[in-house]
Amino acid sequence: MVDVALQSGEGLVTDQAESKSRAMRRLRLGDNIFRWLTRLSAIGVLLLLGGVIIALIEGSMMAIRAFGFGFLVEAHWNPVTDQFGAIAPIYGTIMTSLIAMLIAVPVGLMIAFFLTELCPMFLRRPIGIAIELLAGIPSIIYGIWGLFVFAPFLQRTLQPFLITVFGDIPLLSSVFAGPPYGIGMLTAGLILAIMVLPFITSISRDVFDAVPPVLKEAAYGLGCTKWEVFRKVVLPFTRVGVIGGVMLGLGRALGETMAVTFVIGNAHRISASILAPGTTISATIANEFTEAVGDLYTSSLIALGLILFFITFVVLAIARYLLLRMERRIG
Amino acid sequence: MTDMSSIYAGRRRRNGIAIGLSWAATAFGLGWLVLILAVLVWNGVSGLSLAVFTEMTPPPGSDGGLLNAIVGSLIMTSLAVVFGTPIGILAGTYMAEYGRHDRLTSVVRFINDILLSAPSIVVGLFVYEVMVVTMGHFSALAGAVALAVIVLPVVVRTTEDMLLLVPDTLREAASALGVPRAVIIRKVCYRAAQTGMITGVLLSIARISGETAPLLFTALNNQFWSTNLNAPMSNLPVVIFQFALSPYADWQKLAWAGALLITLSVLALSIAARALASSRKQI
Repeated sequence: MVDVALQSGEGLVTDQAESKSRAMRRLRLGDNIFRWLTRLSAIGVLLLLGGVIIALIEGSMMAIRAFGFGFLVEAHWNPVTDQFGAIAPIYGTIMTSLIAMLIAVPVGLMIAFFLTELCPMFLRRPIGIAIELLAGIPSIIYGIWGLFVFAPFLQRTLQPFLITVFGDIPLLSSVFAGPPYGIGMLTAGLILAIMVLPFITSISRDVFDAVPPVLKEAAYGLGCTKWEVFRKVVLPFTRVGVIGGVMLGLGRALGETMAVTFVIGNAHRISASILAPGTTISATIANEFTEAVGDLYTSSLIALGLILFFITFVVLAIARYLLLRMERRIG
Repeated sequence: MTDMSSIYAGRRRRNGIAIGLSWAATAFGLGWLVLILAVLVWNGVSGLSLAVFTEMTPPPGSDGGLLNAIVGSLIMTSLAVVFGTPIGILAGTYMAEYGRHDRLTSVVRFINDILLSAPSIVVGLFVYEVMVVTMGHFSALAGAVALAVIVLPVVVRTTEDMLLLVPDTLREAASALGVPRAVIIRKVCYRAAQTGMITGVLLSIARISGETAPLLFTALNNQFWSTNLNAPMSNLPVVIFQFALSPYADWQKLAWAGALLITLSVLALSIAARALASSRKQI
């Protein structure tokens, strides 16, 4: 009797030990599977970028073979004769982004100055959120608004004004030459400025907020005005971060598609006048891709995409690098 | 002495000008938001009617609605979230939990940040090359994949950020109880970071619900009712693009109505995300 009881007791113990080790094994297996799943997903992000690059290169191979590096500087874009060159869209992309940055950088920085130094506390959050909502509005909304409201408005007001004011000044008269079409590079640049404004504002606000209060207080203690504190203390301290934020905005402006497509006019030419219609890389692709007949045409458009991706990649990489440096400096 | 006071006056004046300019800049920024929303509501409401939600997109010159486009957008957006979110959450989990300090994480973080702001039209070209060319035709599935590529980096970023906010003491306490790592992550960390992660998903939906460029040559468009994932599918952004650029007044009216619908849903989503995030902070 005792023996039997002992035996069954022993059995119970070994049973328990076995089920325990089985449970442990299962948990460890689950842990390993989960670890590998997460690791694979992280690697998947890298593969995604690699895939984008490979697919774009493969798609544009035909155009690269046909035109070589001449594609980058060729001005003609003629689907009928199968002659394609990227310089006009590249010029348009850079020009519209330049106009956008010229306006958005000072305005964005001033808004950030307002939000961090001047704004009454209770208004800070609502105004900050409102500015960020601007970033949330989809770009097609800017496009339709630009086409139906903003472009006609510019055609009636700003553009004739610019043409008459600068009409007699050499050099500037050719920059602001032409009939006021409404649509064109200037209009696209202005809409881009409104679109990248929130990016610049929110990043500069974040880096301004990270300035150690001691620095600002010391400057105030010396009798500096608010503007002097901002110019001489806050801006120098956060310069790297601000430039990073500006580059991030630039990356957005360069790749922005729909808003520009509506108002740029889609004309493959390089005009001295910023009032003239032009085109950008993204607008060309959006406008022509589905209608492109022939493999070389399609391939040329993908090659344009590759150029755009390369430009934005470099700009965004610099932006991230600068912001990382800023983060290290603060943290 | 007079020199000093004139210098002081100059400094005061510059300060005043700068402050004035910064007020003006803020008014300028907010002015656009008000202006765009006002125009949108004005034009959109006049185009809204019951027909918008019950009828198909019309041929030029006749009445119709946006039903097929709305449904198509909903289908592709949900598919994109289903495709993109799990991978994004897993990748973010690796970066914040298992590989917090390894090289892979910093490389992935850098690449992910670049994907986050990469031009969406390039994503469209990529999916065109990978899916449309190999399958031989445009499809709603390709559209959903293109949108998922945009969802992914947003979710990766917010998941990592939110998991990093979870205090290590929680992990240590669970570890001390003998809980394995995978279970700690799922039962403790995910639960603690839940609201933040949901915020990230909401933001990513807001981001893709207005995306047009990646859909132009993946999902294309469809004038008729279609729920076939293997065929072109109608969607709001591309319909707006097409209708707004058309010369027909009926179509333009519908484009405004669609634009209003998209903007309202995007704003609602981002405000909901913000409300969720701030409710978390107060706790």
